[in-house]
Amino acid sequence: MGLCTCGLANGGGDVLAHIRDEVQKRRLDFVVHETGCVGFCEMEPIVDVLAPGLPRVFYHHVTTEEARELVRSLAAGDFQSESALMRLERDELLRQVDRPLTGKLNGLANVPQMNDVGFYKSQMKLALRNCGFIDPHNIDDYIATGGYASLAKVIQTMTPDEVVECIKQSGLRGRGGGGFATGRKWEACRKAEGRPKYVLCNGDEGDPGAFMDRSIMEGNPHAVLEGMAIGAYAIGSDRGYIYVRLEYPLAVENLRIAIQQAEQECLLGENILGTDFNFTIRISRGAGAFVCGESTALMASIEGQAGEPRAKHIHTSEKGLFGKPTNLNNVETWANVPVILDKGAEWFSSIGNENSKGTKVFSVVGKVKNTGLVEVPMGVTLRQIIFDIAGGIPDGRSFKGVQTGGPSGGCLPASQLDLPVDFDSLTEAGSMMGSGGMIVMDDRTCVVEVARYFTEFLCRESCGKCTACREGTLRMLELLEKITSGQAAPEDLGLLEEVCLHVRDNSICGLGKSAPNPTLSTLRYFREEYDAHVLDRKCPAGVCRALTKFRIDPEACKACGQCPKACPVSAISGGKKKVPAKIDQEKCVQCGLCRDACKFDAVTAT
Amino acid sequence: MSDDDRKPLAQVKTVIDGREVTVQRDRWALDVAREMGISIPTLCNHPALTPYGACRLCVVQVTKGKWTWLTTSCDLPIREGLSISTDAPAVVQARKMALEMLWTQAPDAKEIRDLARQMGVEKPRFDNRLEDNKCILCGLCVRVCEKILGDSAIHFSHRGAKRDVTTPFGEPSETCIGCRACEMICPTGHIVSRLEGSALNISTWNTEVEMARCEQCGCVLMPVKEFEFIRARMGEKIRPEQLCQACRRQKTAKQLSDISTTSGWTAGQRQAKTAEPVTGD
Repeated sequence: MGLCTCGLANGGGDVLAHIRDEVQKRRLDFVVHETGCVGFCEMEPIVDVLAPGLPRVFYHHVTTEEARELVRSLAAGDFQSESALMRLERDELLRQVDRPLTGKLNGLANVPQMNDVGFYKSQMKLALRNCGFIDPHNIDDYIATGGYASLAKVIQTMTPDEVVECIKQSGLRGRGGGGFATGRKWEACRKAEGRPKYVLCNGDEGDPGAFMDRSIMEGNPHAVLEGMAIGAYAIGSDRGYIYVRLEYPLAVENLRIAIQQAEQECLLGENILGTDFNFTIRISRGAGAFVCGESTALMASIEGQAGEPRAKHIHTSEKGLFGKPTNLNNVETWANVPVILDKGAEWFSSIGNENSKGTKVFSVVGKVKNTGLVEVPMGVTLRQIIFDIAGGIPDGRSFKGVQTGGPSGGCLPASQLDLPVDFDSLTEAGSMMGSGGMIVMDDRTCVVEVARYFTEFLCRESCGKCTACREGTLRMLELLEKITSGQAAPEDLGLLEEVCLHVRDNSICGLGKSAPNPTLSTLRYFREEYDAHVLDRKCPAGVCRALTKFRIDPEACKACGQCPKACPVSAISGGKKKVPAKIDQEKCVQCGLCRDACKFDAVTAT
Repeated sequence: MSDDDRKPLAQVKTVIDGREVTVQRDRWALDVAREMGISIPTLCNHPALTPYGACRLCVVQVTKGKWTWLTTSCDLPIREGLSISTDAPAVVQARKMALEMLWTQAPDAKEIRDLARQMGVEKPRFDNRLEDNKCILCGLCVRVCEKILGDSAIHFSHRGAKRDVTTPFGEPSETCIGCRACEMICPTGHIVSRLEGSALNISTWNTEVEMARCEQCGCVLMPVKEFEFIRARMGEKIRPEQLCQACRRQKTAKQLSDISTTSGWTAGQRQAKTAEPVTGD
């Protein structure tokens, strides 16, 4: 039973209770396990069934009743193959361990294979390798998939320098946003003078619409611990922290259990695997400030101070946490480390493109058919991710733009759809990889409003230490609000751009430096939309209320009665008995619900 | 970077405004530039405190290899091969914008308006964000309080545009000793205190501290807590007395005369001794 936060939010907890109850009531010989998320969040709650000699079968959108029915029919040997989502014949995607399939498939032969389902077709799961397949509360599950083998190999057969060299050769770059070469970072920290050295994991994922790291911490916490232990061995550290926000209670809980179990198994703590290598990990819980994802603010927060950044002229690898050499990597980066040590640097660097190696996890959300977590080799195009994997734009609408990299990233238009998704291409296009949030927008999205929304978020999350970010993001927000409310003068666009550039060049930390990205990228790619707001006082997408009037075309209206029903303020008359609907502009609040309700495109925004 | 360059006392070469200087590695660029006679405005910097980098006025343009970027000079450690410009057009523009923003944040601060006018900003292009405000959130008060007390009486609260300096929960501070270092270090005169009878009212912090009186003459001396704080700092050997300057002087004079009496010297003897050389020719 998939019980990541997405599964729980969709009622997975209830479904699990009903399954357990049904199994117990019928005294069935079934083992009920909780797993993490397989990534297909759109289909939650997902139940998967594993029977000896048969492929793993996945069921989607399972209700409590259906769950009971499924248990009953499974007890009778019926797999309900007509309602199954997909089947997986290999135990685990990365290792591709083939289980002997001795059983008869019967109806299951008609269930699509996981790799043939559009959502999974072009995916390659390294960081997410076990998410949704193993029980995160059980270390044996992780070990059974080859977990901690890399750590054992590293400690017993490799020198720290060899490990650093291996990571350097693999071309792994930080998955948290900056894309700094991980091997070089480790090397700098290894060479830095001072003891103790700290190894940190950044689990302070805070972008709206991003949940890559959460899914890894919830579904595969041991991968993070193993990666950190390997890193600690390479760097020469004996202590580490995982910084994770308290808004991720399940991640905190699963990590806590995982650390406890790893310590019991002598895979963390003192004398790991009987050697003289010691490494302990503690969890540091954050209060959910976005700025604490920034390295120096994160360290200040662990130290017990207010989460505020400082200038990084002296690198944290020299002077970081408590003034000691510190190596900080993001959750996904750590989760990649065991795979690289296991399969080798050469294998890893064969995935991806020239300057970006390996895979990247994206959380694809917004106006797409298949919301979920996607892990693809670097260098695939935005088009492949949005259209092939995520299924494109729903409701017959068209693609307008995609915000990559969360609020600090940029908004890319349709002309950039064939852009390869890697660190350098995205930065060049005015956006960034960020930690991997991807918010897709359709033609009924106003990009000015999108920029305003993200700027509002960043303005609220700015720590306020430096003038540029504190005052600058506020001024950006004011100007964007002026534009969306139709009060902007033409010169305000120039001032907006000037403020943006000031904030970008003068802020202390990454939050401020990247805060203007949404505005600058939309100004670059959607300038005409800004002009329409400022010069024509119109919102082409019909979103900004002050600039929008909805009208119903009496010719196109079929008087189906849907729009009067949808209107929250009863502003629509007619629409029934062959009388076309009409909007009373006095009453209308421009919410756009009538337009969404109309199946005949009779409602237009002007 | 060579190994020599990493040694803490190593000398490195750098260029500031076209002039090459050799200085100790990791000295702050702001200090070095000022020693060279270059004027750089600052609001959040103080020689007694570690650099903070909040006001962004001391921004300079740094070039190293193929990279050029803007950064604050107060917290920039000098390393080999930096080329720093303190008056590049981008620098001037950045300072002007920062001043425009500070002006509208603290419209009551005359110091900011004067500085802005000096830099050629006649009128900010934004509306005032706060009225009746002089605080620019430079953090000098917070840092000086932390440095003196260790256990801060004031700190920042909230974040972003809501950021403010306050006592815990805005309640009268129990930690404040009334030393008024915050008032003295504030660059815009935002922090004010007033003597009201035998109490010092620091209205900015909603805090009142009791004043000690001179044991001799009874004049208002200094905050009780500050006196206790100083006493604790001085340890057992030196016991400062609760006296005002005038009374202390009187007391010292009396002590001196006591010493001379007990040591057998009389006023007459001393006079005779000092008078001796005068008698001569």
